Amino acid sequence: MSTFIQQLINGISLGAIYALIALGYTMVYGVLKLINFAHGDVYMVGAFMGYYLSNGLGAQWAQKLGMDPNGLVARGLLGGGAMEPSLITALVVMLLAMTICALLGVVIERLAYRPVRKYSRLTALITAIGVSLLLENGGQVVFGADPKFFPELFKKQNIDLGGGVSVNSSDIVVLIIAVVLMVVLQFIVYYTKTGKAMRAVSYNLQSAKLMGINTDRIIAFTFALGSALAAAAGVLVAIRIPRIDPLMGILVGLKAFVAAVLGGIGNIPGAMLGGLLIGITETMVVGYLSPTYKDAVAFAILILVLLFRPSGLLGSVAQEKV
Amino acid sequence: MKRTLIALGLTASLLCAAACTNTGGPGGAGGDKVKIGVFMSLTGSTAQFGISSTNGIKMAADEVNAAGGINGKQVELLVQDDRSDAQEAATIVTKFVTQDGVHGILGEVASSRTIAAAPIAQNAKVPLLTPSSTNPEVTKAGDYIFRSCFIDPVQGAAMSQFAGKSLGKRRAALMVDRKNDYSTGLEKVINEVFPKFGGQVVITQSFQEGDTDFNGQLTSIKGANPDVIFIPAYYGDVALIAKQARDKGLNVPLIGGDGWDSAQLYTIGGAAVVGSYFTNHYSPYDTDPKVQKFVQDYQKRYGQIPDALAATAYDSAHIMFDAIKRANSLDGKAIRDALAATKDFPGVTGTVNFNASRDAVKPIMMIRVDEGGKYVIQERVVVEGAAMPSEAGAGGANTNTNANANTAATPAANTNATGNANTGANANTNTNANANAKATATP
Amino acid sequence: MPRYARNLVIAFLLLAALYALDYFVFDPSRRMISPYVARIIMLAGINITLAVSLNLINGFTGQFSIGHAGFMAVGAYSSAYFSVTYGKGIAESLGDGALGWGLALLLATLLGALVAGAAGFLVGVPSLRLKGDYLAIVTLGFGQIIVVFLNNIEAIGGARGYSGIPIVKSFFWIFLVAVLTIVAVHNIVNSAFGRALVSIREDELASEAMGVNTTRYKVMAFVISSALAGAGGVLLAHFDGYLNPKSFEFIKSFEILIMIILGGLGSIVGSILGAVVLTVLPEALRGFAEYRMVIYSVLLIILMITRPQGLLGNIDPFKGWRARNRAKTRTEAEEITAEDTRDKESVDKATLGERARDTSLGEGDTRP
Repeated sequence: MSTFIQQLINGISLGAIYALIALGYTMVYGVLKLINFAHGDVYMVGAFMGYYLSNGLGAQWAQKLGMDPNGLVARGLLGGGAMEPSLITALVVMLLAMTICALLGVVIERLAYRPVRKYSRLTALITAIGVSLLLENGGQVVFGADPKFFPELFKKQNIDLGGGVSVNSSDIVVLIIAVVLMVVLQFIVYYTKTGKAMRAVSYNLQSAKLMGINTDRIIAFTFALGSALAAAAGVLVAIRIPRIDPLMGILVGLKAFVAAVLGGIGNIPGAMLGGLLIGITETMVVGYLSPTYKDAVAFAILILVLLFRPSGLLGSVAQEKV
Repeated sequence: MKRTLIALGLTASLLCAAACTNTGGPGGAGGDKVKIGVFMSLTGSTAQFGISSTNGIKMAADEVNAAGGINGKQVELLVQDDRSDAQEAATIVTKFVTQDGVHGILGEVASSRTIAAAPIAQNAKVPLLTPSSTNPEVTKAGDYIFRSCFIDPVQGAAMSQFAGKSLGKRRAALMVDRKNDYSTGLEKVINEVFPKFGGQVVITQSFQEGDTDFNGQLTSIKGANPDVIFIPAYYGDVALIAKQARDKGLNVPLIGGDGWDSAQLYTIGGAAVVGSYFTNHYSPYDTDPKVQKFVQDYQKRYGQIPDALAATAYDSAHIMFDAIKRANSLDGKAIRDALAATKDFPGVTGTVNFNASRDAVKPIMMIRVDEGGKYVIQERVVVEGAAMPSEAGAGGANTNTNANANTAATPAANTNATGNANTGANANTNTNANANAKATATP
Repeated sequence: MPRYARNLVIAFLLLAALYALDYFVFDPSRRMISPYVARIIMLAGINITLAVSLNLINGFTGQFSIGHAGFMAVGAYSSAYFSVTYGKGIAESLGDGALGWGLALLLATLLGALVAGAAGFLVGVPSLRLKGDYLAIVTLGFGQIIVVFLNNIEAIGGARGYSGIPIVKSFFWIFLVAVLTIVAVHNIVNSAFGRALVSIREDELASEAMGVNTTRYKVMAFVISSALAGAGGVLLAHFDGYLNPKSFEFIKSFEILIMIILGGLGSIVGSILGAVVLTVLPEALRGFAEYRMVIYSVLLIILMITRPQGLLGNIDPFKGWRARNRAKTRTEAEEITAEDTRDKESVDKATLGERARDTSLGEGDTRP
């Protein structure tokens, strides 16, 4: 029993990360009906940004700008180098990586997706694959093809829950941050004007436009939001498992995409549910069956679900999608 | 119809363009340069290994050129990236032997790519020397295919012998990367050989590349109560497994292969990997002056401590140059014969001889991880004859050398023609490891 | 001359031409052509088979499948197993020459295509009920599942790869299969069956209303496409004599998808061109070393932006998905079938809903 609970905790922690990435897929799909294959690679870029920031890139910038690299500004705003590992450091690094990737998302949308938006969806899809290849190959040139090892952003320790069950503090942190981000997202989408506009765009782009919504801006915003979440996932993954490389986004991206479809693509709670389900299933399969068939089982479940609920677990036409 | 014609015209002209590019071709062969084709994975999933190996080869070439070249001819390296893809590797080697007219080929860290490319080199009668493809199949492609490292079965046997005999361990757990041929190959050998030393594999758990959470497997392993854990995998996974194992209170020694070789093993693993052992081709802490000189030169040039891949690749390049020098000719057959006749080549990874199946025979170093990330030589393992895994036949010992005539294309003919030289050597296991080790160590 | 006689003559001439090329130009012992160039041309031939076969299901039937590499793998591995086990025996029974190996390869190709077609049937029947992106992810999923199984079957090498497959590198066979694929797809498209497929692409609902058994046609197209992909896989297996499951992951499916979209969806000539361009391009870029694939991806994006319909696209790709004529067609379809489908309407609501959203997206296209 304790093993089971242990596995469940591992699974939820992994699932939360999948969910964060799946949200980006699902939101972009909601507004553009585009499977943004480059999303997994934005997650990779997020992890690398976190790596460079926490390795003192911020401090170097600060120095160039004539600031004290150990001063509050450098440490607080630029993720400075010689910092004590602490939760604040982790948060600062994550927020900065999110900002950078949000910009990256907007740039990708502006340069690659917007020009093809007026064409067919398949053109857009191939463009997305092109962007994905570009990030992967460019990443190998710019970051180097060898894996990098993420510094420990805060002191990890094992917390004993009794009964042989223990949780690593990094899992708790990852889970809390993921939940907070999802709550923030929920708030943005359902309680802000921009969120309302996003929902309108996703419901009907043309009508939204006629209602005076600046759809281009909303689409760009959606990309920014999704990419920021992917970056957060990148940093969180790196905190949990400190190894990153330029191809890390392919497999995780694919699984997150599966999660999004499983939950009902275009549906925000669906993406969260799908992410958790995939995370837990994977961990359970690894723990109780064989890890060899892990990917096969994840896909098999997806296929079964789709055959009985062709639009995913929570996806239905009546439901509005973002 | 018009469009069809245009399209066909375009297609044809593209093909022509392809055909016409660099038709400089074999004609230039007889020139004043020794052309060596190097195909490596400089991008893609095993890029890091390809990069290390290429670094080692480039350094070797520059050394030879600085010393006046081979018999007065300068060495020209043609380095091509195969994107970690087997088909691409075959294409590159085709290009090497037909367009570029190379005299020798060095390449690939991964066995899969070398296996795909070997028949092409064999057919063209251009010698191919792989620095680090450890699958026994590799050199079965024919008598022009050589390998300058030990093969996996021998390495697995060395691991088993060390655990069972030197450490006296009895209950082993195995942690295998199921998707990885390197890992599953070693798994087989350990299962076969470890019992010969009185041990028993009590539990086998698997994971796959890209996994990062091993808590499920480790929980099961702990339940089986082993006194040693074999982890034939790559350092990145190993470090994470070690950390999570120690977190679980699994404090038995961990044993692995050359896939562990990287400064990163200690950087990530830290205290969790101290006291673990792995087989390797060389150690930068070897006191041999030859090794020390290599380490210093490499560090000066690349700002890193060379990993085993760089070392084996460096050796393989020098072995190739040495053979060309002795052949005193750029003819494929002559170079091949000279390669096969290589005797006691003093490399930084040990003294190299080739056995009859053209695999290197040299001792395996068992490395111990010490505090501070020092990888010290614990023992130079010489695998006992009885412990030789059945599969290894070809590799380590002289056992059956040419058993492998195999596949359609290759003329089995001279497989063992040359093997003679080194025979006695088998005692020492040789090491070769596959691909992987890599180290971006700190300068 | 009667039609069939003319066709026979053409077929004969074609065979003769292929054989002559093989014999006089591609025979390595004649040194007419660099083996490197020959290799690229032959790889392009294999890719033509793969691209044209994928075009049948994606381009002509409008069903978005991205699991093509999986069927290729089934064909490659099953035929490789066959050749390893029986190939030599068959070849030797005919004297171990070109004829014997030709027969062995022929049997291997038939077997590979058959097994891949069967796999296509097993995958197609359940999945083709799904549409659009859902179909895409399910085919991708099946493709990945196939790879996972290949990794775990020791008899065919598992993760270490399958080596020792007899190498039959023949221009004649590769291009014979390519030509047969082209002819097959061309004839299908220009038959009643093909028109039914195109009607499914243009508007599935309307086509069903017109009495086309859409599920059956879709599955048939899918099976044919898979079988042809399997044949392509067979050629690849015997090309280098080595197979590795890694070569058949979804990236490979994407590669083929890019070929047909770059060439122009729904255009056979386009697929051929796309296959050739994408085989030659990475070779042509070899001089750029590590920047090669970066340049390749940038070129791909630029091409998509400047030539969204593909190099030779004459149709609007996936018109069925978007809605240029949606409103019009749908009204027509509804007029005709309103009564017949009344009771079906609840069932189809999901589809219609999705279409409605698509419409909005499509109409967005008219923005200035």
